[in-house]
Amino acid sequence: MSAATPVTTANFEDVVLKSSTPVLVDFWAEWCGPCRAVGPILDQIADEHGDKIKIVKLNTDEESAIAIKYGITSIPTLNVFVNGEVVKTIIGAKPKPALLKELEGFI
Amino acid sequence: MSEVENLVIVGSGPSGYTAAIYAARAQLNPIIYEGSVTAGGALMNTTEVENFPGFIDGIMGPDLMDAMRKQAKRFGANLITDDIVEMDLSGPVKVLKDGSGNTVKAKAVILAMGSAYREIGLENEKRLSGRGVSWCATCDGFFFRDQTIAVVGGGDSAVEEATFLTKFASKVVLIHRRDSLRASKIMAERALSNPKIEMLWNTEVIDVLGAEKVEALSLKNTVTGEVSKRDFTGLFVAIGHDPRNELVKGQITLDAEGYVVVENGSTRTNLTGVFACGDLVDHTYRQAITAAGTGCQSALDAEKFLSHH
Repeated sequence: MSAATPVTTANFEDVVLKSSTPVLVDFWAEWCGPCRAVGPILDQIADEHGDKIKIVKLNTDEESAIAIKYGITSIPTLNVFVNGEVVKTIIGAKPKPALLKELEGFI
Repeated sequence: MSEVENLVIVGSGPSGYTAAIYAARAQLNPIIYEGSVTAGGALMNTTEVENFPGFIDGIMGPDLMDAMRKQAKRFGANLITDDIVEMDLSGPVKVLKDGSGNTVKAKAVILAMGSAYREIGLENEKRLSGRGVSWCATCDGFFFRDQTIAVVGGGDSAVEEATFLTKFASKVVLIHRRDSLRASKIMAERALSNPKIEMLWNTEVIDVLGAEKVEALSLKNTVTGEVSKRDFTGLFVAIGHDPRNELVKGQITLDAEGYVVVENGSTRTNLTGVFACGDLVDHTYRQAITAAGTGCQSALDAEKFLSHH
């Protein structure tokens, strides 16, 4: 099963900004309960829809420069990037059916 | 699933897990729907729990919930990390639908959906949610390092959040509409003596200002009516909780504030075979230990009910 893969400052540009497919970036941290709850759901979505949308996760603790750049003040925040731009922001942990609905345009 | 289960528990948290522990030990083979993103309940967003009996040095909220979960599992409770999205509790066989589209039938149901945080109810609070407005200090406090932020509320959770946030923020202003805190004495004193916390008494937040993110709050003095503006980069809302009754509204008796009504001294609702526990029924205490207590009662009530049906 393919799961959400980690991204870092080093490969953010290549993996996210230059991607030819939409990328969902899960801004998360270890200490955040709702992040841990939504993590497995994103892994499932990565497994089921990985061909249409790339799902990656960014640890805001370790990669805080990127979190600051994108104005993250609440986690989990799920940003969808298309052609290097944020086209959708989902804030907070949501059940799978709700997430799939939010991502309808991409999958 | 066409067979009829004995017991389905809806919601986790201290009440749901305790009900699951008791019901599993009584060999009722309970199924517990923990919630897909709410498993563990409100304590998952807290830090240290200092007053749960048995833990001399306190225990982290998420660790306590993880332990309860494992204890329920050890006795054979069937834990499902999904939501119940619909239920019909009227007949002798209760019919519940989960978030994946499965239907489960049961002779008895324990409602343990807990409560959800309350919003101030301002349009800009919603708009700037996740852009400076937060309900989870443990999740989001980190992003407000060396900033001046506001916490609104006067109860235990507001005081706990304000105290926690001083780890990151340069200053935390606790905004309360009355002139004294509702929080327990030990927590209130801790906050009042914290040099990073400033109290703003008799004050209401009437608007959240900022184009892309929170920049300031519009405040109103509840005594003089005077309106003022003050700069903040973050607002943490901790003004209380409301029972999560949306799945049972209209089919079960609720009181004026939306709590599920139970028969005095029991967890029995007005519907046969339906029991309720935890924050869903509790106006008054709302503690982990009282929720665990009523969770236990609900399992015993369900066990007694099932022995006759």
